[in-house]
Amino acid sequence: MRKKFLAVPYVVWMAVFVIVPLFLVVGYALVNRNGQVTLDNFRMMTQYWGAFVTSFQLAVIATLICLLIGYPVAYWLAREGANVKRIAMIAVMLPMWMNFLLRTYAWMSILENTGIINTFLQNIGFFNLYNGLFGTNLTHFSMINTPGAVVLGMVYNYLPFMILPIHTVIDKIDPKVIEAAEDLGAPPAMVFRKIIFPLSLPGVLSGITMVFIPAVSTFAISKLLGGGMTLLLGDLIEMQFYGSAYNPYLGSAISLVMMVIVLIAMAVMNHFGEGEGEAVYL
Amino acid sequence: MSKELIRLTDVSMVFDGETTVLDHINLYFNDAEFLTLLGPSGCGKTTTLRIIGGFQKPTSGDVFFDGVRINDLPPYKRQINTVFQKYALFTHMNIYENVAFGLRISKTPEDEIRRRVDEALSMVNLSGYEQRSVNSLSGGQQQRVAIARAIINRPKVLLLDEPLGALDLKLRKGMQTELKRIQQQVGITFVYVTHDQEEALTMSDTIVVMNEGRIQQIGTPIGIYNEPKNAFVANFIGESNIVDGVMERDFAVSFANRVFQCVDKGFATKEPVDVVIRPEDLVISPPEWGQLTGKVESVVFKGIFYEVMVASETFTWKVQTTRAPEVGQIVGLSVDADNIQVMHKS
Repeated sequence: MRKKFLAVPYVVWMAVFVIVPLFLVVGYALVNRNGQVTLDNFRMMTQYWGAFVTSFQLAVIATLICLLIGYPVAYWLAREGANVKRIAMIAVMLPMWMNFLLRTYAWMSILENTGIINTFLQNIGFFNLYNGLFGTNLTHFSMINTPGAVVLGMVYNYLPFMILPIHTVIDKIDPKVIEAAEDLGAPPAMVFRKIIFPLSLPGVLSGITMVFIPAVSTFAISKLLGGGMTLLLGDLIEMQFYGSAYNPYLGSAISLVMMVIVLIAMAVMNHFGEGEGEAVYL
Repeated sequence: MSKELIRLTDVSMVFDGETTVLDHINLYFNDAEFLTLLGPSGCGKTTTLRIIGGFQKPTSGDVFFDGVRINDLPPYKRQINTVFQKYALFTHMNIYENVAFGLRISKTPEDEIRRRVDEALSMVNLSGYEQRSVNSLSGGQQQRVAIARAIINRPKVLLLDEPLGALDLKLRKGMQTELKRIQQQVGITFVYVTHDQEEALTMSDTIVVMNEGRIQQIGTPIGIYNEPKNAFVANFIGESNIVDGVMERDFAVSFANRVFQCVDKGFATKEPVDVVIRPEDLVISPPEWGQLTGKVESVVFKGIFYEVMVASETFTWKVQTTRAPEVGQIVGLSVDADNIQVMHKS
């Protein structure tokens, strides 16, 4: 209590770099180039409806894939001994210690038409065999510059953010609670369904949040792995600030709308999460 | 009338190939019995309980339930339920669902679930708490939910792992009586683990005293208190004066530089023995009337008695008395022959 002043630097930091910019974004979104207050920016946005849809679609798909991969990994991790846990944890986090762009560039050289995968398949004679069998004229698989590559990039980059919170929650479940369920007659599958999974839901929710938010606003991944074929919200916003289409007013408006949509999505999900616990067990 | 229900034969438990937690335990208990495993922490009592519950497999030896070997039977297939030390309630369910859990697993019809949950909750005096959340309950109430949850499946045996350890003294006393009542009401075997000797004496039909992975003594509370088999039991159950003595012949033991009459026989002549005398069995008298004399070193008020330390030539005796002598006073001490317990050196 007496040390309140220690929080001052942080409060100042928050005010200068979070609160003020937020107001700036709101301010920019509501004016045009000539400084007149207007809603034109929002009206203009409708022509980018496609980018909204694609962004949310890809982010939802990437989040689901992260959940499907991340949950079993997190569950397995929580049940392993301390040593395995430590090593596996480093393996999960290792990619995060490397630069984000570097990682994404690496995927480019893997997925390219003349990339590692295609070259490998070429060298083992896969395409010759394939063409011979089906009478096609295939020289490579097109992997880069597809929405699939973008989703792959998202999953690869954001998977740790799904694994870590789920793992933390499962790890914290008291082994005695699991024993109690077994003791009362629940076989392992039932213990998972009735005890472990419901108790891990908070981790699942924060995992979804931590993957979905960066995924929906990502821009570098779609540019590098999507080759600009799939225009996402992140790219659209970036273009408004740095690109040829320089229009920070529109950029701010899009940011604002995206933020609101994400907030609503999170609120709905959190409510759904709480509601589920009650709906099932009331 | 009472039928043997569970038997452990030659059960040993060794962790990591070196730490022996249980050392050839042989034990059986009967139907509808209140049996307590009593011992200091690390004596193997909880491990014994976990082996019966199926949470751990013994390194060697067999566990029989109703005559059938159940070593490899997983916990969810045993007709045994457990009340865990820290309750281990399901925090994502309300009280009703916690108690109903076992019945839901066995797909019991909804109206029967309701009836039996009502019954179990009223048995632990928690009627009306059905819709409450686990975290809104006090420790004592959570403990009672754990008991209701464990008896709902009508197990043949209920295992209780220091269930009252986290409760305060007053609540603990109340729960002791309550547990005993519940046990008599449902008429099933309770296997109760505790390090609290008073708890064990209060509730049990049979007490199994354990130390360092071995059973020290099995008996009724009165039997164990009055006739401890060795110095460990004497020391662990109640308070004791334990002194070195020598068996002179049958019915005569010498300690504290004199020979006392006793009721023990069958020892070798001149065999060194442990002599145990309970503090309440020592009587303070004027010096000339005592078998021993000593100087009062301290007098501590303990509520219903005073604890007096009396230093004789060879030993400082702990005495419980209702009339306090003065500190520094020279007093006599005497003890009846049948209050002197002689035991082999362990």
